[in-house]
Amino acid sequence: MNDGTQAVEQALSESSTPKPATETKHVKILNRDVNVFYGEKHALKHVDLDIYEHEVTALIGPSGCGKSTFLRCLNRMNDVIDSCRVAGTIEIDQTDIYTSGLDVVQLRARVGMVFQKPNPFPKSIFDNVAYGPRIHGTAQNKSEVEEIVRTSLERAGLWKEVHDRLDQPGTGLSGGQQQRLCIARAIAVNPEVILMDEPCSALDPIATAKIEELIDELRENYTIVIVTHSMQQAARVSQRTAFFHLGDLVEVDQTDSMFTNPKDSRTQGYITGRFG
Amino acid sequence: MQTLILIFVVLGLATIGYMSGRGRAILVSGGAPKTLHSLPSYYGTYSAFWIAIPALLVLTIWLFIEPKLIQAWVMGGLPDSLTGDLAADRLGLLLNDIRNLASGNIVSRDVDPALQAAADRLITLQAAGFWLMVALVVLVGIGGFLLARSRITPDLRARNSVERTVNIILIISSLIAILTTVGIVFSLIFESFRFFVQVPFYEFLFGLNWSPQTALRADQVGSSGAFGAVPLFMGTLLITLIAMAVAAPIGLMSAVYMAEYADPRFRAIAKPLLEVLAGIPTVVYGFFAALTVAPFFRNTGEAIGLDVASESALAAGVVMGIMIIPFVSSLSDDVINAVPQSLRDGSYGLGATKSETIRSVVVPAALPGIVGALLLATSRAIGETMIVVMAAGLAANLTLNPLEAVTTVTVQIVTLLVGDQEFDSAKTLSAFALGLVLFIVTLALNVIALSVVRKYREKYD
Amino acid sequence: MTDTTQHTPPGGRPRSSADAIKRPVLSGPHLARRYRTERIFKGLGLGAIMVAALILFILVGSIVSKGYSAFWQSYVHIDITFEREDFTDETGTITEESLARADYFTLIRGTLDELFPEAASDRQLRRKLYGIISPNADLALRHQVEADPEAYIGKTVPVWIKLSDDIDSVVKGYIDRNQPEDRRRVGNVELSWYDSFHKEGQIESFFNVDLFTHGDSREPEEAGILGALVGSILTLAVTLALSFPVGVMAAVYLEEFAPKNRWTDLIEVNINNLAAVPSIVFGLLGLAMFLNFFGLPRSAPLVGGMVLALITLPTIIIAARSALKAVPPSIREAALGIGASPLQTVTHHVLPLAMPGIMTGTIIGMAQALGETAPLLMIGMVAFIVDIPQGFTDPATVLPVQVYIWADSPERAFTERTSAAIMVLLGVLMLMNALAVILRKRFERRW
Repeated sequence: MNDGTQAVEQALSESSTPKPATETKHVKILNRDVNVFYGEKHALKHVDLDIYEHEVTALIGPSGCGKSTFLRCLNRMNDVIDSCRVAGTIEIDQTDIYTSGLDVVQLRARVGMVFQKPNPFPKSIFDNVAYGPRIHGTAQNKSEVEEIVRTSLERAGLWKEVHDRLDQPGTGLSGGQQQRLCIARAIAVNPEVILMDEPCSALDPIATAKIEELIDELRENYTIVIVTHSMQQAARVSQRTAFFHLGDLVEVDQTDSMFTNPKDSRTQGYITGRFG
Repeated sequence: MQTLILIFVVLGLATIGYMSGRGRAILVSGGAPKTLHSLPSYYGTYSAFWIAIPALLVLTIWLFIEPKLIQAWVMGGLPDSLTGDLAADRLGLLLNDIRNLASGNIVSRDVDPALQAAADRLITLQAAGFWLMVALVVLVGIGGFLLARSRITPDLRARNSVERTVNIILIISSLIAILTTVGIVFSLIFESFRFFVQVPFYEFLFGLNWSPQTALRADQVGSSGAFGAVPLFMGTLLITLIAMAVAAPIGLMSAVYMAEYADPRFRAIAKPLLEVLAGIPTVVYGFFAALTVAPFFRNTGEAIGLDVASESALAAGVVMGIMIIPFVSSLSDDVINAVPQSLRDGSYGLGATKSETIRSVVVPAALPGIVGALLLATSRAIGETMIVVMAAGLAANLTLNPLEAVTTVTVQIVTLLVGDQEFDSAKTLSAFALGLVLFIVTLALNVIALSVVRKYREKYD
Repeated sequence: MTDTTQHTPPGGRPRSSADAIKRPVLSGPHLARRYRTERIFKGLGLGAIMVAALILFILVGSIVSKGYSAFWQSYVHIDITFEREDFTDETGTITEESLARADYFTLIRGTLDELFPEAASDRQLRRKLYGIISPNADLALRHQVEADPEAYIGKTVPVWIKLSDDIDSVVKGYIDRNQPEDRRRVGNVELSWYDSFHKEGQIESFFNVDLFTHGDSREPEEAGILGALVGSILTLAVTLALSFPVGVMAAVYLEEFAPKNRWTDLIEVNINNLAAVPSIVFGLLGLAMFLNFFGLPRSAPLVGGMVLALITLPTIIIAARSALKAVPPSIREAALGIGASPLQTVTHHVLPLAMPGIMTGTIIGMAQALGETAPLLMIGMVAFIVDIPQGFTDPATVLPVQVYIWADSPERAFTERTSAAIMVLLGVLMLMNALAVILRKRFERRW
């Protein structure tokens, strides 16, 4: 046993949240036989994975295992990459998101995303958060926009810090604040699902703790899928964990049972720190 | 041509010197090149440098001094009956006649014996001067060769000397760019100063009337000439504005399309196409403007009852705008591509469409760079010459109507300086004052634009 | 919200889902409007590129359509009788000298007089008659006869005589016969002569060789681009000889040897700014410095080349520096590591690897110099020069300046030749750029 595993166990024991039984849960995103190709490269192979509503699902695995690729399939961000091809079925609420008639703009309004590096627009804090409601026409007038900006910032736990300087550029905030701004920006659209691609990898431990706390709160209203490098983080914030390795979905299970009792030897190897 | 042969002779000597120096080094090492401080080839280069550099220096100096010396001797030898108390410019004409006589061209005055004698003297002196130069240059070369040869010993640090010399040559090369700027500034300021002695500074900068014809004789009509450059500045501004009104939207939109929408196959066709537009010489655009676009605008104007001048600012401006399109689009393309993908992802992730992302995220993020690109393009338009020379007018009208003919700073510079000129008239010198204004304005625009672009790049690096 | 299960976050207050969830309505007119905007915006972008392409098409099209006919020149086929006594000297023998002195002009005119006797009586008509052939036709005839006297002298031989530019325009269909006579360049009587030649099939067009073998001329049908072409070659030779070595050495110094301090910063900023200084300012520099201060000859390719060298220098330095920058540091470290001096490292390893990039930049710089016009006007390369320049200090002009000079001439035939000169200029530029592209493709190296 090394330090990593000990930390994971510690994190698990601290997390006293009662985990709801999965059987009663509604499957929000259903994935069947998902394959992704980058040109000739088969980046993701035959992934079957159910993502449940109001849960945090963590995707873990060594670098290049396909977990970020999979995440980007869920709101079709891979469309941006020319050489990328996705095959298989991904359904959100029983609707296939890769059918030809589906509108990506609508999809992405339902499935928001937070990125690895905080990427606030070079605009004011207010405009960053108001961007989504404005383009989608959610808010009818100025006061509604202000209301959405305020509640979003509050939910992202940023309101107290920035309420007196909403007109200043979002790029002037600290890294952790920027990332919470990006989360506020995402929840201002009120998506059903929020995808998070290693949201804390560029942040210091204190900022990370704040974001993790936030993720746990957001679970109440949103379905969250998070890619993370850190097994401790997966253990702290998620209810379910999926382990990817070399493009294969190796194992998926309740987070606590995954970390205490991995079924696959590769999972065991990874969580005990033998590779990755 | 003869000078060119001499240069080749010097280079030939240097080659011989290289081989000889190399051989010498091996010889002094007693057949054991390993005991030498440097490789034998460095000793070769060492002697080649000693031959070529002094000889070419002497040659250059000679070429600058000789004509002046010969001129002084020829003029000094003229009888007073010819030179008399002629003013400097008349002396110049006389000298010109002597030169023409010497080279067998037509002469503008009666050839009297004294003039013929001077021409003969010129021929003799030039021939003598040439052979003296050849002798001197070859002598210096041989002298350098002998010096280098005597210095070659196994202890001579030939490599270090050679590298030091090369380093100095490299430094001089890189200083030529600075020297060019200094030369530009110096010559513009010097000649402009002579102009401002004759015409007050404020009259030039703020005067509303431009008609640079100065009379040759004092009693001629309109002898004073007017040097108020405001109509030129306004004309330049008008044409530049029209050009930017054409180039900015088309250039920007094509850059946006290329960077954000076009697939690689489309880009592979469209990008070279824009580059072709950029590679067309400006004189071709000028021809196009004067012969195709201007008549088209005039006829269209006639058809709808508008009076369009045949050298309208509109035609020149539109064609100049076309010329600048590729400039704007390639600069903006670079700038837009420098916007990090993560910002686009952030916007797409919120469900924004492509155009929403471009308009509210990419373009605002790239704005400093785009502004820089537009400033550079403006500076390009202000300094562009051939299109306006061929398609814009000569009359200095103070108007903002694009359908009328206006003239620009560059048109006036060309008009004032093409053809015969005397170098002390205000008319000729005013071209340099205009050049100075042009240089300062474009330089300021460039400095601002380059620093804006640089700051922008640093932000996203 | 279909699922009403409530969760209690750790340590958090319970929340009702109602206060949080208000999802955007993503359908209907708003979305349609957004997509319409998207289509319009994309269309505008595509439209901008299409406009640029269309302009290029119109530009090239207008020049080709105006200029292609300049590559043909019309001749008239007439029988000329070469009487022996016209070509002999005092002693009655035919020598080279007597051949050269013979009056070919009268020979051609006499033949025309015989063909159209009605014109012979009227002086004005006769002048018009002689005007239908090129004023320099006698010179061409002399060269023909001198080349092979046996074939002509003492015989009546059919000869091709070059037509004047106005009749050439008639042949090419540029003269509108429906216009009133006083508004066209060719009068009714000339047209009738042309028609009679035409009816007999005596008029034919040949490839215009003279366009490529003659210097400039006041007569459009005699004017050629050879003088300007040679002038361009001489000028570019000077430019290349100066700017290539200096540019490469400056780039090597700045990239490989220069310490990073304020001085080299200044040089760098200076080079970048110099690249954006209007070229006409360089012309002013050339006029003030090279001509007036140093007393170099006006109109000479030497001075033109020096000015263009200063203009292209920044281009070459910038290209050479980026080519040097592209050579990976590991190459330098490897050479330095086995004891090569910095200079050896650069000359033996870095420079050869960077050379394709430097050459590409140099060709692009040369193409830029070839198209440059304005600065050369300043140093007098705009003179009317008939002779083909023989050396670097002879008065000369260059191709773009020739275009400028011809573009100013009112004759239709000069417009046609201007377009032809532009086509040649663009052709050369295209070749140079193609060479640069090939060089880049062939030697492109991925590290």
